[in-house]
Amino acid sequence: METSVGRVARISTRMGFRDKLGGCGVRWGIRRMHYNVPAGLYAVGQPTPDSPVLVTANYKLSFDLLRRELSGKDLWLVVLETFGINVWCAAGKGTFGTAELISRVQKVQLDKLVKHRTIILPQLGASGVAAHQVRKTTGFRVKYGPIRAHDLPSFFSNGLKASEEDRRIRFTFRDRLVLTPVELVGAWKPSLVILLVVFAREGLSSQDFSLQVALSRSLTPVVIYLGALLMGSFVTPILLPWIPGRAFSLKGVQIGLLWAFIVSLTLASPWSVGSVIALFLIAPAITAYFAMNFTGCSTFTSLSGVQKEMRIAVPMIILSLLSGVVALVLDTFL
Amino acid sequence: MRSKMGFHYLRNVSTLELDSDKCTLCGMCSSVCVHGVFTLDGSTIQIMDRDACMECGACAMNCPVEAVTVRAGVGCAWAIFRNWFRRSTDSGEGDVQCDCS
Repeated sequence: METSVGRVARISTRMGFRDKLGGCGVRWGIRRMHYNVPAGLYAVGQPTPDSPVLVTANYKLSFDLLRRELSGKDLWLVVLETFGINVWCAAGKGTFGTAELISRVQKVQLDKLVKHRTIILPQLGASGVAAHQVRKTTGFRVKYGPIRAHDLPSFFSNGLKASEEDRRIRFTFRDRLVLTPVELVGAWKPSLVILLVVFAREGLSSQDFSLQVALSRSLTPVVIYLGALLMGSFVTPILLPWIPGRAFSLKGVQIGLLWAFIVSLTLASPWSVGSVIALFLIAPAITAYFAMNFTGCSTFTSLSGVQKEMRIAVPMIILSLLSGVVALVLDTFL
Repeated sequence: MRSKMGFHYLRNVSTLELDSDKCTLCGMCSSVCVHGVFTLDGSTIQIMDRDACMECGACAMNCPVEAVTVRAGVGCAWAIFRNWFRRSTDSGEGDVQCDCS
């Protein structure tokens, strides 16, 4: 559309098939680091110089979630260059930040486009933006909206006020569920290395290397490993609030022990004492490690907290793994 | 207050501090906080639930008089791993930075 500051692209509030497909893809890590829209100014509906101005990041998943909630609204959208990163993480890195916001507002000539002097930012952008500095430099007052785009309609109908509840971060079952695929995909490369090591060890432990023996003997350790991985990066996150303890690794250990217990009950032939000890040392350590990595996905862990957790958990995990390997080696030779 | 059922991380670790002498009671810290750490009651702002703080830094960033301080960063094990590794290679005491999207 034509405006006082030149042509501005009008965007649809409908989600097409490609948008949904792309959104699904990035949840599985497909093109996740290249999923962005060009930064700049956009129009939603038929905005006028009195229409509200929203600010967001240029991660396409964020952009799509936002525009989907804006149907029937007339407003301006300023998209910051966050290099395809979502609002919260970009705010943490400083790309969704004071400097980018100020320069983008000036670049799109927002002061000529609208008559009012208020811009609405997502609350999660606050860790990157100093509202008082933006006002001092550009004259625009930063108003922090609700955390979730879904709560924007009530924010508007409430006279630009987000309710107490809409300003609190949650971490629902669904929130946790959609984050687990990326964890699993991320674990793929180190897992492949581990699986190859297991395969080589099982293959070489017989007199002459045979592919068939290696494959059949690897099956049990591979299932145990993949189970431990799934327990750490899927089951623990899903059950997070219900598992006792505060440290994520501690939550993971409990699920890992449960996994080792299930494995020990379902063994076809009885194992040697050494192997069972190794199972109970190695599986929980793997689960604890992957559970601990979920801290970065959560909405409530702090840097100081995770550092404290890791100072204890990392040596424990390494010790447990090494003891397990020693038990296995002793078991072979004794 | 709504119970946060199970979503509590380690206690007594947050580096969040509020200097009441500098505070002008503008309420920005409380309005940007996603965990409701601050409470504004009548004539004072207080840190009510320090253990809920995730050190995101929004409050300190938006405090116009620098009354709120916190060592801001990401509570992500992977980022901390990377930082350990980086520090051991270039011996710099860098900020803990994440690399996800």
